[in-house]
Order: sequence, then C-alpha cells, then structure tokens
Amino acid sequence: MDKKKLGYWLFFIALFLGPLYLTEFRLALLGKFLCFALVALGICLIWGYTGILSLGHGVYFGLGAYCTAMYLKLEAAGGTLPDFMEWSGVTALPAFWQPFSNPVFALSASLLIPALLAAMLGFLTFKNRIKGVYFSLISQAVVVVFVTLFVAKQDWTGGTNGLTNFTTFLGFSLASPLVQIVLYLMTVLILGASFTLAAALTKSRAGRVLSAVRDGENRVRFLGFNPTSYKVFVYSLSAALAGLAGTLFVLQVGLISPAMMGIIPSIEMVLWVAVGGRYSLIGAVLGAIVVNSAKSFFSESYPDIWSIFLGLLFIIVVMFLPNGIVGAVNSWNEKRVKSKRKGGTADAADSVVS
Amino acid sequence: MKGMKRFWGKQTVIAAVSAAALALSGCAASSALNEEKEKPAANTEGDTVKVGVLHSLSGTMAISEVSLRDAELMAIEEINANGGVLGKQIEPVVEDGASDWPTFAEKAKKLLQKDEVATVFGGWTSASRKAMLPVFEQNNGLLWYPVQYEGMESSPNIFYTGATTNQQIVPSVTWLLENKGKSFFLIGSDYVFPRTANKEIKAQLKAEGGTLAGEEYTPLGHTDYSTLISKIKEKKPEVIYNTLNGDSNVAFFKQLKDAGITADDITVLSVSIAEEEIRGIGTDILTGHYAAWNYFQTTDTPENKKFVAAYKKAYGDDRVTGDPIEAAYNAVYLWAAAVEKAGSFDVDAVKKAAGGIEFKAPGGTVTIDGDNQHTYKTARIGEIQAAGQFKEVWNSGEPVKPDPYLETYSWAEGLN
Amino acid sequence: MAVVATQLFNGISLGSILLLIALGLAITFGLMNVINMAHGEFIMAGAYTTYVVQQAFSHYVPAALFNYYYIAAIPLSFLIGALLGFVLEKTLIRFLYHRPLDSLLATWGVSLILQQMARSIFGAPNVAVTAPAWLDGGLTIAGAVFPYKRLFIIALAVICMVALYLYLDKTAAGRKMRAVTMNRSMASSLGVSTQKVDAAAFAIGSGLAGIAGCALTVLGPIGSTIGTYYIVDAFMIVILGGIGSLAGTVFGALSIGMLGTVAEFWTGASMAKVIVFAAIVAFLQFKPAGLLSARTRSLE
Repeated sequence: MDKKKLGYWLFFIALFLGPLYLTEFRLALLGKFLCFALVALGICLIWGYTGILSLGHGVYFGLGAYCTAMYLKLEAAGGTLPDFMEWSGVTALPAFWQPFSNPVFALSASLLIPALLAAMLGFLTFKNRIKGVYFSLISQAVVVVFVTLFVAKQDWTGGTNGLTNFTTFLGFSLASPLVQIVLYLMTVLILGASFTLAAALTKSRAGRVLSAVRDGENRVRFLGFNPTSYKVFVYSLSAALAGLAGTLFVLQVGLISPAMMGIIPSIEMVLWVAVGGRYSLIGAVLGAIVVNSAKSFFSESYPDIWSIFLGLLFIIVVMFLPNGIVGAVNSWNEKRVKSKRKGGTADAADSVVS
Repeated sequence: MKGMKRFWGKQTVIAAVSAAALALSGCAASSALNEEKEKPAANTEGDTVKVGVLHSLSGTMAISEVSLRDAELMAIEEINANGGVLGKQIEPVVEDGASDWPTFAEKAKKLLQKDEVATVFGGWTSASRKAMLPVFEQNNGLLWYPVQYEGMESSPNIFYTGATTNQQIVPSVTWLLENKGKSFFLIGSDYVFPRTANKEIKAQLKAEGGTLAGEEYTPLGHTDYSTLISKIKEKKPEVIYNTLNGDSNVAFFKQLKDAGITADDITVLSVSIAEEEIRGIGTDILTGHYAAWNYFQTTDTPENKKFVAAYKKAYGDDRVTGDPIEAAYNAVYLWAAAVEKAGSFDVDAVKKAAGGIEFKAPGGTVTIDGDNQHTYKTARIGEIQAAGQFKEVWNSGEPVKPDPYLETYSWAEGLN
Repeated sequence: MAVVATQLFNGISLGSILLLIALGLAITFGLMNVINMAHGEFIMAGAYTTYVVQQAFSHYVPAALFNYYYIAAIPLSFLIGALLGFVLEKTLIRFLYHRPLDSLLATWGVSLILQQMARSIFGAPNVAVTAPAWLDGGLTIAGAVFPYKRLFIIALAVICMVALYLYLDKTAAGRKMRAVTMNRSMASSLGVSTQKVDAAAFAIGSGLAGIAGCALTVLGPIGSTIGTYYIVDAFMIVILGGIGSLAGTVFGALSIGMLGTVAEFWTGASMAKVIVFAAIVAFLQFKPAGLLSARTRSLE
C-alpha cells in the first residue's frame, strides 16, 4: 500500500522539481500540460469511474478560464475599459463584468460557474435518465451553443480573439520568469491535491456507488440509491476541476479564446484520458501529458504531416490498448506475475467491464 | 510478500512510464538538458541565422496560410542565393500554428526561446496575431505579420506588411460610393475583423453620403446562405461589401449566382478574395465582381513579372500569387534590408533601422513607416476577369501612408 | 409573399442538404451504433471525387459531353465513399462493435489522417468544381427564384431516401441488415453472416456520405476541412429523429432545416445556430429517445 503511494510521490516530486531540469520554454509547456492533466482527472472521474462520457468539457474549462481572464483583463486595463470593448463601441463596462474586478470573486466564479452549469445540465439530463451516447451528443450541442455565443457576443467576450494581453495577477507581473515558476509549482500542488482528493473519492463509499452506477445503474436504483444525485455530484466536481484548470491555464498561457472551448478540444480532452487509461486516475494524468507532449513533439519535428502521426496514435491506443497505457502496463505485469505463480487476484482497474 | 513483489513490479513500470512522459515533454531529455537557460536573444553565432516561419499548415486556415509559408521560404532562398544577410545564410525554422491560437503562442515562444530566431514571419488571422503579441512583447522578439487586418493596433514588436484599413477599405468604400451606388449591404463572418471593419465603414458611409441597407454576420464555416440572400433581395442594395472569411465565400458566391443575382444587378466588393480564393470558388461565378487589395498577380511592374515567374517555377505552373503572398514575400526582404542597415540582428537595432526602409516590391515600392511599423502601400481595386485574374480599375496613384487608428479621418473620431 | 415562399423553400432545401449528410449516419450510427467521426471525411472524399471526375472529363472527354460529368460523379462518389467505409469497417470498426464510444476515438484518429492525406494529395487551398450548365439558373414563380441546384438536391435526397427505404424494407439483404442490427446473436443463429452484413451496411452508409459530398460541391467549398462543418449537425439530426428510425432522421433534418432558416430570418445566422442547438438540448430533455423512436419495454 505504502509503495503505491511512494510511486505517486516520486512522480509528483519529479514534476515539482521541473524548474531544475527544464528550460523556461519546456517548463511553460509542461505547466500547460499539467492544466490539461487536471481536466483529464475530472474526465476520468465521470467517464472511467461513473461511465458518463462528456464531450463538452471544453465549455467548463473555457468558462473557468474566462472568469479569471476577465479579472486579468480588468487589472490590465487599470480602471479603463478593456481594449476590445473600445473597438467594439462599448462605452461602459457591462454590469456582469463589474464583480470580476475582485480577484476573490473571479477565482471563486471560475470554480462555481462551471460547477453550477454542470449541476443544472446534469440534473436535467440525468433525472430524465438520458445516458450513453445521447448524453455525449447533448454535451456536444451545449458546446456549440456556448462557442457560438461567445464568438457572436464580441463586445462582451472579445469574440474569436478571446481575452489576451494581460499584464499582472494580484500585482505580480505575469511576464516575470519567477512568477511563471511559482505558477507552475502551484499547478503541480493543485494537481497533486486534486489527485489525492479524487483518489480518496474513488475509494470512499460514494466512489463505490459511482462504479456501481457505471456497471449497472438500474440495479443501483433497485437497491435504494438515487443514482441521479451521485451523478450530478461527480459531474459538477469534474466541471469544477476543468474550471480550475482553465484558471491555471489562463495564468500560464495568457490567453483564452472560444476556439479552446470548441468541439475539437473537447474531444481531445477525452482522448487524453483514453490514451492514459480511463479507469485509472494516474493514467488520466499521464495521458494528458503524453498526448500533448507527442503533439508538440510531432508538430515540431514534422510540421507538415504531424496530424497523421497523432491520428495513428489514437487508433493504435484504441485498438491495442483499450485500457490505455496504464491498463497495458497492468495487464502485462499481471501476465508476468501469473506466469511466475499459479492464479493471482485480478486488479480492479483492468477487470472492469467493456 | 508476494503481493508486495507484484506491486513493486507495477510501480516500477508506472514510474518508468512517468519518466518517459517527462522525457518526451522535454523533447528527449538530453536535448532538454543541453538547452541553455538564459534570456532569449537571437543566436547569431556561426554562418547561419535562424528565422521562424509560423503559419497554419493544418486545420481550417491551412487553405490560405500554406502559400504564405511558400512565399517566405522562396524569399529566403533568393536572399541566400545572393549571399544572405550580413554574410550569413538564413536558416528557416518552420512551425505549424495548426489554426489554433494558443498553438501560435506556444510555437512563437518555442521559436524565440528554444531556437533563438532573429525574427519570425507568421500569422494570418487577427486572433493568431493577438495570441502571439504578448509573447513577442515579453521576449522582445520581432514578428512580421503579412495580412491585411482591421487596424487599431501598433505593437512595438510587430511589423505589419499587409494593409491597414485606410490602405484598403477606406479608399474602396469611397470608390464604390463614387462609381457603384450609395446603398450598402454589409456581410461578414462573425469575428473581429468584419465587425471592426464594418463599424468603420458605417461611420464612413454616414460621412460620405452612403446608406446602410443591412448588416449580417454568419458564423465561421457557415455554408448555407439562402436565407441571407433572401434578406439581400428584400433590401435591394446597390453594393454588397463582403468581409466573409475563407470557405464561406465559396458558398456565398455560388448561392448568390444561383439566386439569380449577378454582378450587373448588385456589385460585390470583397476584401478577402485574392487569386488563390478565386480558384477555389470558380471564375465563372465571380466574373464582374470586385476586390480591394494592394497587389494583383497582374500588377504591371518588372519586379512582379520576375516574382510571378519565380513563384510558379518554385511551386508549379498552376499556382497563383496574391496580395498576402506578396506581402509575406516583401516582409522577408524588408527584414533583410533593415538588418543590413542596422549592421546587426539585434531586435532593437533592427527596429530602429527599419523606419524608412524601402523595397521595390512586386506590387510597387513599399516603405516602412517608422512610427507605427506599418508600410506605405498603393491601394488598388480590381475587377475579376473570366480568366481568374484581376483587371485593375483604380489605384491610389502613390503609396498611401498607413494610419491604423484612422487619426486623419474626422468621421473616425470616437471609433477608438 | 415571395419572401414567405422563398423562405419555406429555403427551409426545405436546407433540410434536404442536412438529410443527405445524415442519411448515411442514420445507418452507421442509427442502426449499427458506430460513432463514426470520419463520416465528415467521407463527405469530403465524395466532394474530391467529384472534382477529380470533373478534371478527368475536361482533359479526356469531348467538350460537348463535359456537362454530364456530374452524372458520372454521383455513382463514383458513392463508390469511393463505400470503398473507404468498407476498408474502415474491415480494419477497425469490426473490432469495436461492443465498444461504441471507443469507435468515436478511433475514427477521430482516422478523420485526422484523412484530412491530412487530402491536403497532401490535393494541396491545402480549396479546389473548384464548376457546376454543370444544366444546373445553372432557377425556376422563377411569381418573383420567387427556386435555383435548379437546390431543386436537384431535394430530388437527390428524396431518391436516396426512397432507395434506402426500399433496400431496407423490400430486399432480402436489407432485411438481413435490419435483423442483424436488431438482434445480432439471433440473426447469426438463423444463418445470417453478420460479418458480411456489417461490412455491407457500413459501406452503404459511407457511400451515402460520398453522395452528400458530391451534392455539396455545387453549393459550397471543396477543401480538406469541409467534413468538420457538417459532422456535428449530422449527429444531432440522427439523435433528434431517434436512433434507429429512418423516418425520424427525415423529420429531424426537416425540422432543423426549417427552424434554422426561420430563426436566421428573424435574428441572424449566429443566433440561429444558438437557437437551433439550444432547442435540440431542450427537446431531448422531454423526449430523450428522439422524435420517432422504437417503442421498447426493456429497461436498459
């Protein structure tokens, strides 16, 4: 038991020491990937553990990022109107922007707004017993609604350009390498904390109910549980994690635009988890890092045809590693152990369902 | 004990995978370790100097941006064949922005910090430029942005070799009012350039006696224009001012013609349709409509004959040039000239030297305005011919001074 | 009055376009439960096939016959789409029937690859297809113009729909297909070769996407990313109509087409899109199984 924890500790310590062995550019890149890992963690909770495939997490990520970006934009504008509003002919700050000049409000909103939206949508759809592919496609429709709205309401949101060109966060210059290192370390810490939280959740009684919902929702219902409330809870939690990731993303990358809430990023988020291993939290984290590293690496090495490699990667993973990297490692390991001795207990992570 | 053993095995493997992931993210651990950790500055040691070329080679914007990369690479090759810059050969580092704005920011950062390029040529959409802008300002890099855009910007770290509004849109509106009609219908894709441009056009119409028949925006990638065309039919404008982007133009023009509206009925003037887009739409559909640019493949200068011939020789006879392609090509030469004048690759020195630099471009002489880092360019309006080329019907006679904030136009007060 | 007629026609026309793009998906997704994200790329393949046929005609066929290239392009687009679909089914999909959500991820990879291949083969810029002369112009009735191209697409959609209905309901092969999709093991034990049926069904669905691509060339752009413009709409139509119901897909396409054009006429294109998709989300809350869904007493 303690050894398992040790493995995770080593991993997070390796991440934490990133600034020592990575260049500024690679560190920023890894910081961005860790934000994605946080999203992946949330997706793993609802997909791997609860069996709900959301193809709309880009929206929650984007909403979280926009909340923080609004604060950053107001801080950069220093009391005047944000630049894009001036170009759009807006004369006074819209009322809903005003509370975002308060960092506490903006940061809490970046968690709460995604969570509330998810709770609302989840409550309706789960209560109506919409599941499987229906839910996935409804979540895509929600993406289309939000992206189109954010693009069309240019005077309020910055349109396709999104919000960018920030200067400071709570008075600290975002351009300073030191601030960026601190933000990176914060991201590692938050990811570690969220990971611990998620792991505790999956081991708790509630976590067992979630897995049971995945494997046989009606049986859970017959046993007297209300699957809807469990599903709504975990769906909002994963939306909040995505919102939190959005905040960290905007602080490190300095940009949020509707393109990053869209259908394509939303599907990519699911792919990270699939590649890493959907039934494993650490798999989700690894998947986000591996896929995005591969994307950066391929596109730097083969700018003309990199998407072919990326496509092949997805196909290979789905065909040959149905439970992702971690699933493959587990089953390989199990085989090895089995050949050494007779029998052996199956690991929970890879014996699960198809 | 047995279980423990089994457990260890698994953890080792997971740790190994984690390590591999980290290594990969460091783009092979060794190279990551070798990278020097210092503030980026152009690496100009050795016989070569690296420059970045950053356009979308995949995704929806690839249809336009791939040609800009081609033009930039051709200019680099030409300069290299003539001895390079300050005696050094230029070594392009090509990156894919993937039609995704954060990717543009990421790759710009990579070019500046890892490759230590002397300058970057890149971008097409305003969104990609806005995403790259903070990166170039924070790292004190240099970006050459080669596409016409909506103005209202002047970053100290960007040179704009495409037209700003007063070199393309403003003169074309005046020309339309004088020659084609007073009643305008504005259509555009729903993003920053059309909305900003149309705001300026509306102010200009008011000042110069035009009327606004309608204003409509469609989402990027929109392909059904039947309803919008019914609206146009209902309003009966004399002129359609078109700021649609990319693929939407194809659908719009095809369906406009099907609805029985030809260039004789309503004049359409576009600002995003160059020779390459004409090929994708079909010349039969566009014949008789207009476009406003600073350069056409048919522009009659000796430099252009050479340029078109070289471009076709490099990339195939079926390729065509166009305004953004020319502006991208110019950008490389302007940068090289500024470096020669400065006698150094240093960004601040190049910026200081750039003001007043002249280049005999295919589309006529362009000059860098030292104040706002835009270029003086000749405004032109062309009529699309059956052969897929433009016939120039008007030009401004001399290069127009760039005025990105429209400060010299009284009607533009209050726009910015 | 002309405006009302035109708008009514526009709604039907948009509906027919949506129907064409969704019809193939009604088979692969609706009947077979495969979430094929590369469906849009099959549409693209159909469009490029039309372009290639046009080029071939302009080079190798007497000019007098050029206008008939389009007639040749329709079946060829179907064949190319069907061929791609067949290969995809044989190499990937058949391993994923028991994992529908995984088919989404794998075909996403396929879609990335096909797009890049199109860029490598045909170049990044759009290509142009000149519509045949006999589709130029339109029918003018009382001041309203009904373009021949749109009338043609409506006719094509109706033909495809009727042909598909006849195939599924009246032929032995079609009935086998429905039998397999309804109850695979039962069909198999009655002697139906499910593998053959699966491959045929997937090929037909993909071929219909090819036809849709061919039809779209006369109205819209032809480039490597056109599939991405239609894929989400296509899935929404099938799910709105009710998975597994061909008639539902027809209703779904027409209602989205009508709602879209009406909303666009009153507001604008962007708001219309928001309204349509919000309406879909809201509608599915009330009728989670879609407009027309097979009644079932089973719980899961």
